[in-house]
Amino acid sequence: MSALTLETQLPGIRVQRVARNVRLGPLLAFGFLLFVIIAALVPQLFAHSNPLAIVPNDAFHPPGWGHWFGTDQSGRDIFSRVIYGTRQSLLIGLAATALAMSVAIALGLLGGLGGPRLDRGVNWLLEILFAFPSLILALLFVAVFGSGIGPLIVATGLGTAPGYARMVRGQVLAVRHSGYIEAAVALGHPTWRIIVRQLLPNAMRPLIVTLTMGVGQAIVWASALSFLGLGAPPPAPEWGTMLSMGRDFVANAWWLTFFPGLFIVLTTLSTTVAGRYLQQRLEGRLS
Amino acid sequence: MSDKHLIVEGLSIEFGGQSVVRNVSFTLAPGKTLALVGESGSGKSVTARSLIGLAGAGARVTARTLSYGGQDLLALSERGWRGLRGKGIGFVLQDALVSLDPLRPVGKEILEVLKTHNWGDRRSRRERVIELLEKVGVPEPELRARQRPDQLSGGLRQRALIASALAMSPGLVIADEPTTALDATVQAQILQVLQEIKARGDSLLIISHDLAVVAQLADEVLVLRHGVVVEQGPMQQVLRNPRHPYTQALLDAVPAEHARGTRLSPQGSAQAVAPRPAADSPVLLKATGLGKRYTAPDQQPRQVVDDVSFELRAGRTLGIVGESGSGKTTVARIVLGLLEPDAGQVQFLGHAWSGVGADRVLEKDRRLHRRDISVIYQDPLSSFDPRWSIGQILADALDVAGVSASQQPARISELLEQVRLPADLATRRPLQLSGGQRQRVAIARAIASNPKVIICDEPVSALDVSVQAQVLDLLADLQAALGLAYLFISHDLGVIRHVSDQVLVMRHGKVVESAPVDVLFENPQHAYTQRLLGAVPRLPGAGSELVVPPLEAESTAWLFDESQLWKIAI
Repeated sequence: MSALTLETQLPGIRVQRVARNVRLGPLLAFGFLLFVIIAALVPQLFAHSNPLAIVPNDAFHPPGWGHWFGTDQSGRDIFSRVIYGTRQSLLIGLAATALAMSVAIALGLLGGLGGPRLDRGVNWLLEILFAFPSLILALLFVAVFGSGIGPLIVATGLGTAPGYARMVRGQVLAVRHSGYIEAAVALGHPTWRIIVRQLLPNAMRPLIVTLTMGVGQAIVWASALSFLGLGAPPPAPEWGTMLSMGRDFVANAWWLTFFPGLFIVLTTLSTTVAGRYLQQRLEGRLS
Repeated sequence: MSDKHLIVEGLSIEFGGQSVVRNVSFTLAPGKTLALVGESGSGKSVTARSLIGLAGAGARVTARTLSYGGQDLLALSERGWRGLRGKGIGFVLQDALVSLDPLRPVGKEILEVLKTHNWGDRRSRRERVIELLEKVGVPEPELRARQRPDQLSGGLRQRALIASALAMSPGLVIADEPTTALDATVQAQILQVLQEIKARGDSLLIISHDLAVVAQLADEVLVLRHGVVVEQGPMQQVLRNPRHPYTQALLDAVPAEHARGTRLSPQGSAQAVAPRPAADSPVLLKATGLGKRYTAPDQQPRQVVDDVSFELRAGRTLGIVGESGSGKTTVARIVLGLLEPDAGQVQFLGHAWSGVGADRVLEKDRRLHRRDISVIYQDPLSSFDPRWSIGQILADALDVAGVSASQQPARISELLEQVRLPADLATRRPLQLSGGQRQRVAIARAIASNPKVIICDEPVSALDVSVQAQVLDLLADLQAALGLAYLFISHDLGVIRHVSDQVLVMRHGKVVESAPVDVLFENPQHAYTQRLLGAVPRLPGAGSELVVPPLEAESTAWLFDESQLWKIAI
């Protein structure tokens, strides 16, 4: 008896290792995000010194036991500043994303549900917003309304809104023309109920993921604007501002820019990894 | 390679230790046709694929003998398989739309096969492509060879696929469900093309769940169930005197062969035939002169529905039959009040339901009577909210019917029982159910509000023949028990004949014939109806020969996708 074997499957061990790796990434990401959130709520838990306290004698201390992340040109503890900066960065990220999402949902619903004429209007507006480089748009906004946290949030939110608005509109259109919405109409549900109970939840579902990743993006955005001197004024403990302040000393005291930068990267990376994980979970459940 | 016998002895296929095909044996001689018959999951497709070395990743194929033309297939390397595929054995895949490269003209697709096997030179290859397309009955082959699959009708695509399988003149052609999803007249034409292959002395292995199709082609039939051969023998013997109960059940499930009121599925009590309500029961739904025009983005405006009128009476079934693009689904959507007509009006329970101009009815006013009319779609899955469980789907329908939240659980169990589903299914999601179970859930939702009329839009077209039989039986039982009236839309004449009291034949948006079911099927008046009926394959002994409609019928195919017609009330 001859046998033909077509075994193209991966050997068992390799499959297992891949599976474990898939789990480890999101675990670390969620762990870091949890740490960041706690740090934002109660920074005292991790950082014991005042982020604004000036100790001239301790200036430019490299990272060590006394100062984990070192100190800056005025002797302020970088670790404390990074931890205290979490609140502001996270707040900007969340608030800007929430603002972007609100604008996007309003525009997206208007376009997706409002009929062809309104849809054309919304599209037209989005095209214009897209044509502007978002950073220029944000800069313009800050230039008009002045720098500071408030305008920073609004600028970041408005800069990222058009992208989301397009997604919302696309989702709303897709769900609106789906079989289950037609079935709901045929059942005799009132329009408002179909919109609230079926159209919105289904259209927003894929956006949860984008939103998670969006927070990380917004933090990068806000940091960029702060770095350009348009956000929180120094010596406020804000990651972008810290980067900007450490820029002059980067050749001699790398830690001034490295640690705030590291936190920006880790936070953004974590939101992206967490978002991708959520996406896989949600889609896995759907298909 | 003089003797081109395909010899299979003791073929077994396993996937990860799980056996999907066990001990299948057959021999296929040149010029003969063997049919593998079975339902989805019976292992018929994977058996066929193992013959060209494509059983799939992780498949373990074993056999005492597996040879073609004296060549041992089990000993073949991947390179050896590639030499055999297309050249020695041609394979026609099931779905022409998916199997053809959407960005490549079909001519190129066929050319590719010739190139792969180094056939002839550039010029002779081009000539060969045209010759092949001509051979499978593609009109204007020079023009068609340059067109992409989306510019061709389903029948032409299937022909192009067959042409590519025939490119290297293989001695054996394997066709996996070659006519599934095709309209009756197109199916008849494809069957004729396959018959010609056979007549040329090549062997043909066809895979189908449709016994009537098998009857047109096969010399020998092999009935598979759960990977095991339950019956094997000459076609006439297997189809006329089946020895295995499963074969008998498959034969019983063919709706065209069984009159209204007889049961198609074996399980369930042999219920007495419910008396048909009189033909003069009250009119529930009345459509007068319905019309709908539609302008495709780059095309002329088309009259998709043109002057369609009918009456649906209480407790009776009106069948609408037509091929794809005939406008039957558009009629259903207008009748459901989901699409505004351009002409004519609909009356439901004596009230204005849909109309034009001064007769226009607002959705707000229709909603009062929505609970009296419901719908069952061809694809139930897309009609369920993907976030909801079966229980939530039914609860949502009960909400509209005014059933209070406290009474809903009991009513949901009752509904599931009525459609013969276990009550614990309520917590499951539609994705976890089989196609037949999903359609039962759709039926449960449709009857939740105790409607008087249900619009059934191709409700069994996506189901296996025995599942189709069960669903048709269920619909018949519910009609008898609840006094429902059905507007039953299908492209399948057999199904229409089995369920309908009155039949409307539609073509290009117009009603070409309307008559009581027996009159229509015994004595069709219109030439189109006659052609349609002639194209329906029948089981042996059931009478007439297959009448292949002239090609003209398809080359001027009505290429219109009704699913484009999205415009709903919200």
